[in-house]
Amino acid sequence: MYHSDEIILAGFGGQGVLSMGQVLSYAAIIDNKETTWMPSYGPEMRGGTANCIVIVSDRRVSSPIITKFDSGIILNQPSMEKFEPAIKKNGFLFYEESTVVYPPTRDDITIIKIAAIHEAELMKKKQVANMIMLGAFLEVKPIVTMDSVLKALKKVLPERHHHLIPLNEQAILRGKELALQQLHLTI
Amino acid sequence: MEREIRLMKGNEAMAEAAIRAGMKAYFGYPITPQSEVMEYLFEQMPKRNFKVLQAESEVAAINMIYGAAGSGARVMTSSSSPGMSLMQEGISYIAAAELPCLLANIVRGGPGLGTIQPSQGDYFQAVKGGGHGDYKLIVLAPNSVQEMADFVFDGFKLAEKFRGPAMILSDGALGQMMEKVALLPEGSLPHTVPAWAATGKPANRPPNVITSLYIEPEKMEMINHTLQAKYKQLQKEEVRYEDYQTEDADIVLTAFGLSSRICQKAVDLAREQGIKAGLLRPITLFPFPEKKIAEIAETAKVFLDVEMNAGQMVEDVRLAVNGKKPVYFKGRMGGIIPSPEEILHEIEQISEQVLSYQN
Repeated sequence: MYHSDEIILAGFGGQGVLSMGQVLSYAAIIDNKETTWMPSYGPEMRGGTANCIVIVSDRRVSSPIITKFDSGIILNQPSMEKFEPAIKKNGFLFYEESTVVYPPTRDDITIIKIAAIHEAELMKKKQVANMIMLGAFLEVKPIVTMDSVLKALKKVLPERHHHLIPLNEQAILRGKELALQQLHLTI
Repeated sequence: MEREIRLMKGNEAMAEAAIRAGMKAYFGYPITPQSEVMEYLFEQMPKRNFKVLQAESEVAAINMIYGAAGSGARVMTSSSSPGMSLMQEGISYIAAAELPCLLANIVRGGPGLGTIQPSQGDYFQAVKGGGHGDYKLIVLAPNSVQEMADFVFDGFKLAEKFRGPAMILSDGALGQMMEKVALLPEGSLPHTVPAWAATGKPANRPPNVITSLYIEPEKMEMINHTLQAKYKQLQKEEVRYEDYQTEDADIVLTAFGLSSRICQKAVDLAREQGIKAGLLRPITLFPFPEKKIAEIAETAKVFLDVEMNAGQMVEDVRLAVNGKKPVYFKGRMGGIIPSPEEILHEIEQISEQVLSYQN
């Protein structure tokens, strides 16, 4: 039996949802895994929401288009409404606390609430909220190695932003801590 | 050969592969969802050895391709559905003049201006001619970012071997999605200017004339015979397909491009339930793997063709099956991508109705 992780990442345009997915995908190929990154483009995107499906697998990914997900990383209310029902039973749902007004209610999945924007503001760089979310996800689902994630950041971030890599790394580590705290609260 | 691994969008992978395949010039006009091709090429042009030109229209772009191909250069254009429609006249001329070139259609939902979402609605246009007259394109249908890159090399090779236009028929999703791609190195597809090219007449040979105009019908018929002989040879030598578990399959899905990826998942899901499903994916849409499908029709009980259109390739599947077995069709139109579960549902229904009835 092969292993595959199917993840939906969704939020507003500008929150870094697509690049968060790319970091995950790039880390996967550095780890010698198979991956697809499938963005939404077109009418949905023009309405202000952005999402991408990332699949990380031991073997060649069949369909890049899927409707049920092992995990969701959700950064706004419309995406929560759309994707909460699409998480598989026993799956994981990570969401950003301040942008999701009505928290998810399902009891057959693990829900992890992260105050990513608040934490990013404490770090004086609002843009790293996405990396805090990614860190939280990786703490619970270590599907790629941290080493590869750091290498992937270099590939995904344009060169003019490379001086921000240490800050992004810090954000990922902070996300991991927050997820750990949340998990203890849940259990 | 050492390949370089990258994570790339299908459109970018195709553009990068074109540079590495020794493309000398690209002429095009932007249109969603394939604009990244020209964007990528423009970004790379100052650093590498090729030319890109944004024409004033698709009609101009394809005629620039005609001219540059006539001079023996390795050339390429790409567009998406409405833009590709505009190019059809020029493509017919290029086929008649027997010039190699590579075209890529990153198909979006139609008809009309349609939508920018992925579709396979241009199968007929690509495979059955598209422009006027009796000509064919060599049509390659990738289903991954890797193949978006690899088929650039294959497309140039086939176009040059058979002296005619080759097309990569893809769609908006394959163009926009990112996957791992292993790129061949630059210089791995050498090119020399062919003897027939119009490069300026030296004193010691007769002029090389590039034309598609032959007033005398006898001459025109001869040209047609030449073209048809090539298409026959292609059908004999260059058919490509991917066979996924059809050997013991009761129900065989047929699908190309993106649909075949979705069908592969549906086949896996069906197998988990004990339904013997398989998938035959034509890689070359022309030449079409008709022999292989006829062969499968001997052992399979039923076919299910899946496309993102109203049913186009299914006609060729039916011709190949030739009434031996029932051929069902499932399609979504207008830019909608079917889900694996939707296809699974179709497989379940057919297997309940047809397979249990037959047993």
